[in-house]
Amino acid sequence: MSMFDQYLARRYRTTVRPRPEEYKIKDNVAIVGIGATEFSRDSGRSECQLACEAIKAAADDAGLKIEEIDGLVKFAMDYTDEMHIVSSLGIPRLNYFGECGWGGGASCATILHAATAVAAGAAKYVVCYRGMNERSGRRYGRIPGVEQVMVSPNDHYGSIMPYGFATPPSWVAMFATRYMHEFGATSDQLASVCIVLRENACRNPKAMFYGKPLTLEDYRAARMIVEPLRLFDCCVDTDGAVAIIVTSTERAKNLKQRPAILLGATQGIATQGEMMTSVYRPRISGIPESWYAGQELWRVSGITPKDVDVVQFYDAFSPLIPMQLEEYGFCGVGEGAAFCEGGDRIRAGGEVPCNTSGGHLSEAYIHGMNLIAEAVRQIRGTSTSQVKDAELSLVTGGLGVPTSALLLRR
Amino acid sequence: MVMEYNPAIPLLRPHIDLDNQGFWEAVKQHKLIFQKCKDCGLLVHRPRPMCPRCNSTEKEWAPSSGKGTIYSWVNFVYANAAYPGIKVPYLVVVVEMEEGVRMLSNMYDSKKEDIHIGMPVEVVFDDIADDLTLPKFKRREAETKVIR
Repeated sequence: MSMFDQYLARRYRTTVRPRPEEYKIKDNVAIVGIGATEFSRDSGRSECQLACEAIKAAADDAGLKIEEIDGLVKFAMDYTDEMHIVSSLGIPRLNYFGECGWGGGASCATILHAATAVAAGAAKYVVCYRGMNERSGRRYGRIPGVEQVMVSPNDHYGSIMPYGFATPPSWVAMFATRYMHEFGATSDQLASVCIVLRENACRNPKAMFYGKPLTLEDYRAARMIVEPLRLFDCCVDTDGAVAIIVTSTERAKNLKQRPAILLGATQGIATQGEMMTSVYRPRISGIPESWYAGQELWRVSGITPKDVDVVQFYDAFSPLIPMQLEEYGFCGVGEGAAFCEGGDRIRAGGEVPCNTSGGHLSEAYIHGMNLIAEAVRQIRGTSTSQVKDAELSLVTGGLGVPTSALLLRR
Repeated sequence: MVMEYNPAIPLLRPHIDLDNQGFWEAVKQHKLIFQKCKDCGLLVHRPRPMCPRCNSTEKEWAPSSGKGTIYSWVNFVYANAAYPGIKVPYLVVVVEMEEGVRMLSNMYDSKKEDIHIGMPVEVVFDDIADDLTLPKFKRREAETKVIR
């Protein structure tokens, strides 16, 4: 049975669990520092400056000197480069660096790559970051005015751009249409997701939508962006940066913060995929990459979804939360939208508290890195929508592209 | 309502490569074909260098009936989230063809109110520029039962 058939039949079961010594990341690596700039619509600063400010803040948060950073993992999509970052911050040397691809799918992957280096002894303190002027600078989905006939840069773009299938909301909308059709999901159920996340943002003074509550009437009255997605189904384009510092659990004992210890970090690519437009698969009402990343995460960590206390799902668009509730095993196939209806089950006091900082929809869109910072705050007990006694904190990476996931514990 | 273009902003052209040039050459002649594995018979769209089922690199082109049903759709209504070279509203659809493969395309002349998932459609070729023909779809009467 092929992997895709297993996905469709959901028969994938882990029969062989790795011996603990084989998976060296579990319990041995921790996130010890988080830092961020303010989130805004116009930072007025370079992306490199934003990244440096976030990295400095993360080092201060951890109680580390800049000189102690010896590893760095960046987004392939980030416009800054490690040479510039190192020179600007005055980092004396790096002995480990790399980058992770596929847009927001890189978020938890940067932590996996950092953790791998730490667990293998290749680096001691690895910083992962994302800095972007996504609102004032180059916004995704904005096609620059093309005055001359242009050939698509690759076969994938050449298969979608001639039809005007050009922007991220449209790509997710294509999955959403089919999802809503197959499972009878409604836009009001998606509204519940948006409203709960906005409630969380309204408790988070750093959120872009702090102090701006959202009602069902507001949601329904907002303009369509790409039908069936409305304005508030889409994340908030943001200028800002977030940095995360990873080291060993042993070294974490000498640092300032309660460490968020890694139980597992995974990546996932599934077959027959395209970047955000995997419409040729047997089923498009789900996200197999997320399912694979989740299955691997549960396998290496030995944890099951019901043990998880709080989740930060990658939410560039609202339908991705019900879909991930299904793919990560918090509810059955096709039940995600109903799970979100009314919002009680995904609120801070509910069964699966989701995106407690407001997420990409209402806090900020820093390509998944602000979600990781919030997952760490939940472990530290410092979230503005703190889940009481949270011990297990899940965060997921961008999906529809090769994805990643991360599970943290106290 | 036929899709309208903004001539000041040309569409990105397809990226013709060794794998897909047969498809686009056929489209130019108003024919729809799909890649077929010569060894195991699997139909594949979009064209690929290798059969994903048997890993054969021997392939041929199989003619399509041009008929299918709408599998999913989106409606571009907000110009800032659409391709600037096409006037909103316009529809992008995924069509499940009778042969079993799927295609991404546009509805040639439909409004959102006129379409639904499962609706029978057939291919129509739109010569939108001297050097660009696109296979699009329009509504068809369901004279044949589409086997899924």
